[in-house]
Amino acid sequence: MTHWLSKNLIRIYAVLAIFFILLPIFYTVAFSFNDAQKRNISWQGFTLTAWLNPCEPIGICEALGNSFKVGIPATILATVMGTMIAFALGRYNFRGRGTTNLLIFLPMATPEVVLGASLLSMFINIKVGSGLLPVIIAHTMFCVSFVVVTVKARVASLDPKLEEAARDLYASEWETFRRVTLPLVAPGIAAAALLSFALSFDDFIITNFNSGVVDTFPEYVWTAALRGVPPQANVIGTLMFIIALAFVFAGQVLSKRRLTK
Amino acid sequence: MSEPKKVQGDLVLSHVTKSFGDFTAVDDLSLTIPKGSFFALLGPSGCGKTTTLRMIAGLEEPTSGTISIGSTDITDTKPYERPVNTVFQNYALFPHLTIFENVAFGLRRRGIKNVDAEVERVLNLVELSHLKSRKPGQLSGGQQQRIALARAVVNKPALLLLDEPLGALDLKLRRQMQIELKWIQTEVGITFVHVTHDQEEAMTMADTVAVMNNGRIEQMGSPAELYENPRTVFVANFLGQSNFIDGSIEGTDGDNVIANLHGVRIVFPKTRNNANGKAVKVGIRPEKFRLHDAGSSAAGNVLTGGIITDISFFGVSTQYMVEMPWKQELMVFEQNDGGAPDLAKGDAVTLSWEPQFTFALDGTDPSQAK
Ligand SMILES: Nc1ncnc2c1ncn2[C@@H]1O[C@H](COP(=O)(O)OP(=O)(O)O)[C@@H](O)[C@H]1O
Ligand SMILES: [Mg+2]
Repeated sequence: MTHWLSKNLIRIYAVLAIFFILLPIFYTVAFSFNDAQKRNISWQGFTLTAWLNPCEPIGICEALGNSFKVGIPATILATVMGTMIAFALGRYNFRGRGTTNLLIFLPMATPEVVLGASLLSMFINIKVGSGLLPVIIAHTMFCVSFVVVTVKARVASLDPKLEEAARDLYASEWETFRRVTLPLVAPGIAAAALLSFALSFDDFIITNFNSGVVDTFPEYVWTAALRGVPPQANVIGTLMFIIALAFVFAGQVLSKRRLTK
Repeated sequence: MSEPKKVQGDLVLSHVTKSFGDFTAVDDLSLTIPKGSFFALLGPSGCGKTTTLRMIAGLEEPTSGTISIGSTDITDTKPYERPVNTVFQNYALFPHLTIFENVAFGLRRRGIKNVDAEVERVLNLVELSHLKSRKPGQLSGGQQQRIALARAVVNKPALLLLDEPLGALDLKLRRQMQIELKWIQTEVGITFVHVTHDQEEAMTMADTVAVMNNGRIEQMGSPAELYENPRTVFVANFLGQSNFIDGSIEGTDGDNVIANLHGVRIVFPKTRNNANGKAVKVGIRPEKFRLHDAGSSAAGNVLTGGIITDISFFGVSTQYMVEMPWKQELMVFEQNDGGAPDLAKGDAVTLSWEPQFTFALDGTDPSQAK
């Protein structure tokens, strides 16, 4: 008995840990099928109503649309800027490189409440005001940090000999970048873009300070929580989870294929 | 898209120096590598071989000096403008491209549309045509090595640079690849500059070997010339084993030099004298010595009064350590062909050798004599 326990302790621990991590997700999925009347808190019975009418609660799909309107441009901007910064930091030695490395970390280390409040006063002072535009700018700002960290790791692991080999084989600087550097760093850039979108989609604190009268999806859920979150919120949450899963899975398959066939 | 300069001819390095900060990696190097030859750059790790190759490839800029192929100066051209290709030390195959695309890379960058026939031909040359749709990660070290070679050779460069291309392979595969490389070089007729720290590899493959030390070329010549007539202690020790006996030059006799080694007179041809003054280090390879029972007569240069201190049997030969009256131990190899007398530890012996096998080095040669 004790022998069995000592042999399987790691497995038991693993199962418990995974259970602990996945339980909330399971809960989200299950309650998207709940036949909730007012408050989606206790199980009332199985129904597909929420899945068949996801936009029924007023404002929920508009909020979801706003989240995309913020998340997509913020992701693109942060990925492009962050990738360029990552190359500069990973490849070149220049004055102020150490300081830049440090400053890039600051947005990740600063408490979000502080950031959100200061951004609001800044945007008011420079007459940008509130709305989706300042939210996009703010999201780009904190996503850049994550992109830089992710892409820089990939750039650092890139063997400079490969680029030398390309130049030796008649590729100009631009072609070396296009044919060798970029394809090899691409998985890092893709991961950074996914991470950026997830962070932007998820953000509540900074968004809530700066969005003014418009609501993103997390803001909608927060407001709805006062009256009772409709099961449609769980439907959208479940869908987002499935999309993220699909991206990760596709990434895994793709990277395996790249190195074999 | 870039087209390399169409130049042919000898590679000429003229007073090339490369410094990193105040450290000089390559020091005033001048050499000519004839078109179509198999040239080996041999030297210990850190002596500047890779730096020299990188300057020829255009991946490193010389601090001073010029590099040209034929009559064209290529010192200031970009790597992709030079008709030079490199087989890198760890191959540097593109991991995201198939073997076919790796080999086709150079052709495609030069804007050649129909690459299939050429790629196929070179893949057949290295006998790996069946792996063309694989990725480099799925190949063994030896196979990757051959693809790296194919990827360079397919471009028909004026010059192929190989940086310790066999360094990562095990001994058996190494020997096999040495033969293969040599064969491919004859087949394609391209000038090969082969960098290695393995003296056996350099000697068996190259027409000409340059021995490099501390960023300078110590000596250059055919493998036999370097082995038989090294001009410095460094070269003598790097290419095999040697005995060095300190002595002084007493005069000349016709075409010969007369020297005194601890009271014994010996002679050697003037052409073999590299000593600048009277002090001389007389070098004799261990296999050039003959062993005789003490008291029997011997021809050539003769050293008497030796005592055998150690005998090791190697199969084809036997190694004797002989202590001389001046307390120096000399190393002697005798073929196991029945020519040498039966000897045991403690026996008194006489040593002799033919004067023309002597190489006389400068007595103040700074390199460490073993
Ligand atoms: N980029 C560099 N910066 C500073 N020192 C270097 C650099 N490249 C090479 N060296 C130094 O130059 C010397 C010669 O190096 P290398 O040409 O690689 O030697 P080898 O190929 O003969 O082993 C070494 O001492 C090495 O440390
Ligand atoms: Mg090297």
